[in-house]
This record gives sequence, structure tokens and C-alpha cells, in this order.
Amino acid sequence: MMSPVADTKILLSDIPFAEGGFIILERALRQLQPGGFVTVQSTEDNFAIHLGAWCRQKGCGFEVTGVGTVRVERPLHFAAGITGAERAGMADEPASQAAQSWGLAARGAAVEQGIDGFHFPLNQGNHIYTKRLSALYRRAAAAQWNPETGIDWQHRVENTPEIEAAVVQVMTYLIENETVALIVPARFAAQVHPHYYEVMQLLAIQAADEARHIEVFTRRARLKTAVLGFSSAGGQASLKTLLSETDFSLATLLLSVLGEGSFLSLLHFLQIYAPDALTRQICALAARDEARHVIFAMTHLRAASEHDAQIAEKFAAAIQKRHAELTQTAGLNEEVFQALVLLAAGATTNSAIAAGYQAVKRLERHMYLGRVRRLQQLGFDAARARSLSALHTRNFM
Amino acid sequence: MRRPFTLGAVAYDAKVVTIWDGFKLFFEKHGLEFDYVLYSNYEAQVAAHFAGHLDAAWNSPLAWLQSLAIAERLNLTAEAVAMRNSDCDLKSLIVARRDSGIQNISQLKGKKVAVGAKDSPQATLIPLEFLAAAGLIAEKDFSVQYFDVLIGKHGDHIGGERDAARALSQGQVDAACMIDGNFTLFGFEGTLNPAAMHIVAATEPYDHCNFTVIRERRHADTQKFCDLLFAMDYADSEVRPLLDMEGLKEWLPGRVSHYAALASAIKRLATIDTFVNDVAGR
Repeated sequence: MMSPVADTKILLSDIPFAEGGFIILERALRQLQPGGFVTVQSTEDNFAIHLGAWCRQKGCGFEVTGVGTVRVERPLHFAAGITGAERAGMADEPASQAAQSWGLAARGAAVEQGIDGFHFPLNQGNHIYTKRLSALYRRAAAAQWNPETGIDWQHRVENTPEIEAAVVQVMTYLIENETVALIVPARFAAQVHPHYYEVMQLLAIQAADEARHIEVFTRRARLKTAVLGFSSAGGQASLKTLLSETDFSLATLLLSVLGEGSFLSLLHFLQIYAPDALTRQICALAARDEARHVIFAMTHLRAASEHDAQIAEKFAAAIQKRHAELTQTAGLNEEVFQALVLLAAGATTNSAIAAGYQAVKRLERHMYLGRVRRLQQLGFDAARARSLSALHTRNFM
Repeated sequence: MRRPFTLGAVAYDAKVVTIWDGFKLFFEKHGLEFDYVLYSNYEAQVAAHFAGHLDAAWNSPLAWLQSLAIAERLNLTAEAVAMRNSDCDLKSLIVARRDSGIQNISQLKGKKVAVGAKDSPQATLIPLEFLAAAGLIAEKDFSVQYFDVLIGKHGDHIGGERDAARALSQGQVDAACMIDGNFTLFGFEGTLNPAAMHIVAATEPYDHCNFTVIRERRHADTQKFCDLLFAMDYADSEVRPLLDMEGLKEWLPGRVSHYAALASAIKRLATIDTFVNDVAGR
């Protein structure tokens, strides 16, 4: 029983074993090789009883060697969970693939083996992670704005009833679009392996941005009325196709590159043509957020392209599929189109409406060219980018 | 068709299903055809064992002594083939509040002592026998308050002991009986304040559960079952959660030398005679 190496000795004095003493012993045992001994001395009443119960639970052999003195052996598999742990990658160098058995562990943590039951489908770092994401997240976090103080709700709004109704209609349309833009990243946030937490963070903050947009658009819509505008079946059919896309990269392309990219043009249009300073300010703040979403999406998809030579064809197929699904639908809500024309017109005279119509046509052209440019950045040649851009939903998002 | 090696276990908690489903996978992976049957109480399990329904029974210490007595009556031999490291050398404590002034056993005279379930070896039978051997007879020299939670489970369900500890903490009784490890546990979970408690006495070490087999009816895979138990390695992440749930670090060969205190208790209290006669007479 006696080991050739001198025992480690610890003096607990009057520290109760069950109230801290066992931690001191545990720390001492962890310093030892299996088979090593710690001699513990204590003046606590019934010290050996407490220590004996603990040793039985931990599987440690022990021997009472004197009054208040017990010799404890470190067994072979003491703290086996820690000694057998596997490192979940390096904190600043994510693994190319994250193991499901790492579960929720922080990147770089030592993970006990035997964790199961987790399934995060987005666990291929090559397809979703790049080093730029960390900076994008920090920028997004720093750019959060408070709807209460970031917007001057005291701006006087004195639109004619017809113009105000057009604003309410556009807000009604924006709210349902922002709703889908919240749900899609929120869904994927739950599928990303936590090893790539930057992706999760960016998706979460994107969802939070959209939550804020829903708030401010709703508040603007209800400024003068409790009755909101029209929600069309065709518009909702278009948005529903975004919800049914289960592939992260393809959903990113459709929602964030093409949809939110087009929305950027729309929000810039509203910054020019919205009839009141309050609405213009709201659209400017929302556009800032949307621009970040587009950058995140482009960063993600360009990284994915580097590791998947077939991805451009998948992009094209997804755009064509969505187009095919929407051929039988009405596209943009007629009420929204007319509201945009009216806002651009600024008045109900014939000549103003004719000019407003041209402004909305220019908006559509601007959206189209924006999509062409982004598709080219994703590797399509100009002709292909133009034909794919033309297939985008007439509902804008 | 040959019956797979069939084990009986008592479902004292829902986790028992998880534990034995997990072990079943382990056994089957290592080539042992294995199945288990759960009973709601140890008496039903012991009776089923002697009726030939089981090849081994995961027995409480009381069920072990019941099996031993029944085997003797039937000219059979009960054997303890394996147990947990944590089944060895338990002690039961008799605990009083520090402010009660109860320093030693003799001061329990005329007091009220809380115990666990009537059939709990650790929280009732062994401590009461310990006091009897010291000259204090239950219900004569002191009154007993039972905390009967799930009779038939032989105190495996910790509820009775916890209720006894709570009664002590709240001043409803003068002393309470519990396993040494549970005294620590109740302190952690806040059921009692260990600093306000005094350990009046501790019993001699005794052993707890074992896997019981009947030698004359040994299943051909009994040794394989034992060897696989002994091969379970706490460093193996597949079995570690099961070992943690079952409360052990390693399986050890069974030993039968540490059941004397419980044997004396049941002799004095005659708690198993009716049951033994019933099963042996079937």
C-alpha cells in the first residue's frame, strides 16, 4: 500500500470537509498520477465519516492512519471526464468541420466525451465561415439604434389623407416583408453549429434588426390611423417561397442578396419620395441595417463559392425554381405599386402621377441593375446575371 | 429458443429504464444476449427470481437476505456475484441538532427518532438495530417516526430519508437516521444545515446492493455477464453516464461478509419471516 513517493500532505484544520474541504482534497488529488496519495489532516469532528462517504462516491481508496488523519489514493479514472476531454478546435482558428459531439461548447473548450443528441446541420466551416465575420458582427452590434431615441417622433406629419394612406399601405407591405426577413435568419441561427458562433451572432442580430424595423414601420403606419393597408395573396405567395427554402446558402441568396438588395433600392427611393421627414428618417435607418445584411450575405456566399464549384449553378437553379413557382401569382401588390407611384408623384394631378410612374419604373430598373451587379460579384457573367436578375420576383423581396 | 440472460431490477426511479437500456446495449455490443425485467418492489422480484423468471436479481441488501433465507429453505444456494464499489462500507448516521444537547446514544432515551421507510436497511433497520445493541429498544426506550416513501423499494428511493432529515431540521423530531453520503447531500441541497447538526453516532460499515444468482440454476452466460460488468471502464464515455446514474466508479466481485448488521436487525425485528415462508412454500 505504501508508495515509494512521498505523499502530498494537506492540512484542513477546522475547515469542514463537506464545506470546502473536499474541494481542497480534490485539487490535491488532481495534481497526482493515478496511484498517488494525499494525506489529509483535520480537526473536524467526524472528519473520517465525511471523507469516507466522499471517497466511496469518488471511487478513492482510503485508510485512516491516525486521529484526524486519513490517507487517500487517487484512483485510475479520477476526473476521467476531464482527462479524456477533446478540444473543440482552437479559439481563434475554427475547425473546417465542427463535431456534433462538441454540442454547445465554446470554441476552444475541452469537451467531455459522450455528449450526444445535438444536431446542428450547418457544421461545415468552409461553407459558412470566414474570418471577416467577426468584424462584421462587431460593426453590426455597434450600429444598433434605439427606435425610441434614434427617431424623432416629434416630427410633424401633415400629409393629405390620400398621401397618408399611401404611406400606410407601403408600411403595411414593409412589415410583412420584414417579418419573413426575421423568420429566415432566426431559423438558420438555430441550425448553425455553435462552433461558428460569429455566423449565429450575425443571424441573430439580423433578426433583431428586423424586429426593430417591424416596430418602427408599425408605429409609423399607426401614427394617424389604427387601420392598416392591404396584404395581397400574391405578395404573400412570393414571401412564402423564402420560408420554404431549406438550404442556408440558397435562402441567403434569395432573401438577402436579391430580396434585401432590392429593398435597399426601395428604402433609398422612400428616403427621396416619402412625404414627411419622419418616414424618410425611418427608411434611412432601416436601409443602413439592410445594407449590412447584404454585405454579410455576399461575404458568406463568396466564401461558399470558393469551396463549391457547383454553387453558381445551384444559385441559378434556385432563382429559376422560385420564378417558376411564382409565374401563376400576381407579383407586386397592386395597392403597393399605386401607393409608390402616388408617393413619387407627391400630388394627384395627372402630370404628377405620370412622373411618379416613371420614378417607380426607374426604381425597378435600379433594383434590377443592383441584382445584376451582385450576381456578377458572385461569379456570373454579365449576360447570365441579366437573365437571372430578370427572373426575380415582381414583389421585390 | 434459449432465454437471454435475464436480470431483474426494481424501478425505484424513472432513470432505471435509461440505465438498463444503456447497459443492455453495452452487453449486446459485447456479445451477451441480455434482457431485463423491472419490478415495482423487491418482494415481487425475489419471488420471480425463485419462480425461475430471472437469471440474476439486482437486489437490495434486504432482498439479498430474503433470497439467502429462501434459498436455504429450498436447499438452493444464493450467491452474490457482483456489486458496485459504492456498495461497500456504507455507514448510517444518527444525527441530532447541535442545540438539542444530545451528545451520545443514551441521551436518545425518551426522545423521538426519525427513520426512513419501514423496509429501508440504511435509514431504518440497521440504525434501529445499532441502537438496540446499545440497549435502546425502539418504541420502548424512544419513539420512532417512520417516513415511509414507496414501501417495497427497501429505501432505494431517497425520499424517506430526506423527509426524516427535513423533520429533524424543522424540530419535529429529536434525531434522524441517514446514510453518511446522504448527510452530505442533504447539506448541499439545503435540506439541513450541517453546521447546526451533530453526528451522535455512526454504525459499523456495512454493504449494500448486489447481483444475486441461484447457483443451482446458473444461466450459462452468468460468468460472461460478470466479466462484462467488471470490464466497464469509467474512462469509457459510452458507459460513464450510465455508471454515474447508477452511482458507481467500478463493478467489484460480490462479497457477503458485510451484511451481519442487517441480518441481526431482521432477526430482532422479524421483518422477513412471513415473506420467506410464503415464497419458500409456493
